[in-house]
Amino acid sequence: MTDTKFRELFKIFITFFKIGLFTFGGGFAMIPIIEKEVVEKHGWVDKDKFLDTISITQTVPGAVAINMAIFLGYNLLGFFGALAAAIGVALPSFIIILLIAVSFNQFSNNQIVQSAFMGIRPAVVALIAYAGYKLSGNIDWSSLLVIFLVVTLVGRIILGISPIYIILAAGITGLAVNYFSERKMDKQNNGEV
Amino acid sequence: MPLLMQLFLSFFKIGLFGFGGGYAMVSLIQDELTFHGWLSMKTFVDIIAIAEMTPGPIAINSGTFVGYKVLSFLGAISATVGVVAPSFILVITLAHFFEKVKESPYVNAMLDFLRPAVIGLILAAAISFGESSLVDWKGFLIAGGVFLAMLKTKISPILLIVIAGAVGIILY
Repeated sequence: MTDTKFRELFKIFITFFKIGLFTFGGGFAMIPIIEKEVVEKHGWVDKDKFLDTISITQTVPGAVAINMAIFLGYNLLGFFGALAAAIGVALPSFIIILLIAVSFNQFSNNQIVQSAFMGIRPAVVALIAYAGYKLSGNIDWSSLLVIFLVVTLVGRIILGISPIYIILAAGITGLAVNYFSERKMDKQNNGEV
Repeated sequence: MPLLMQLFLSFFKIGLFGFGGGYAMVSLIQDELTFHGWLSMKTFVDIIAIAEMTPGPIAINSGTFVGYKVLSFLGAISATVGVVAPSFILVITLAHFFEKVKESPYVNAMLDFLRPAVIGLILAAAISFGESSLVDWKGFLIAGGVFLAMLKTKISPILLIVIAGAVGIILY
């Protein structure tokens, strides 16, 4: 590996390390910060490519910030660029959580910490419920989609079906609905001719 | 199967099916934790709170924490690498076919139905955590207050967790 390429890799690593270190709340909260570093400061990609990056992270499973880092790193310097960006963005969380995990038993037995978590747990429930509520505003709800939401809730809460099967069922249902609506359109088109 | 391999595979699965990222992955993590009996639901909710107050994605944070609890440092590495590996493979593959994938009616049709599934999984996680975390009327009050604050104000979730912690110290 040449010296300049190594320096470029290090720059990618440091940039994504910074992004990983200063973004609280994860996921979509990180997008403006990534945009500022990657588009405005370093000029690594233009605005259009950055928008592509956002849409690709929504087609792929996994943490949004990690996916964006991998995609941008790969576009800059191929496989090693992706690796440098992914390690960079994940490393701050890894180190911080490791430190917390090491000392968790000591401070979690503390009476004050226990009382604090009694208050924090309901707050987390509310934050998760709010995330679901907020996302539902971005969808063009058809009756089929509402039915699928209800099926997911019943399947998960009452029947305890694994999320993996629910995700697979969602993909297959999407393909099936697409297939039948295309056939219907073909028939209508043929009828007109 | 050695524990290290089990951890890796569990978090690989979480990464592979974790559409929607963040809170959407919580259901998947919860399912794996219950299946293996690695962590109590209460501790898991605590980790989500810690993940929210520290930088970085929830998937990485819980991977690192659970991995460490189960098998210390090597466990943390194995779970974290496991949860990132599917993204790595899929994003790089997709980067090659991106233009085709973006226009594909099949991909868009699948995503249409993945969205309500993801919302359902997030709400299901909220409900099942509610069962273990909302133990009395004070809990319901805190949860309601935080939901309203998210809806009506611009207070950051981090600050809301800190306030909820302070309220907890006073009330409990």
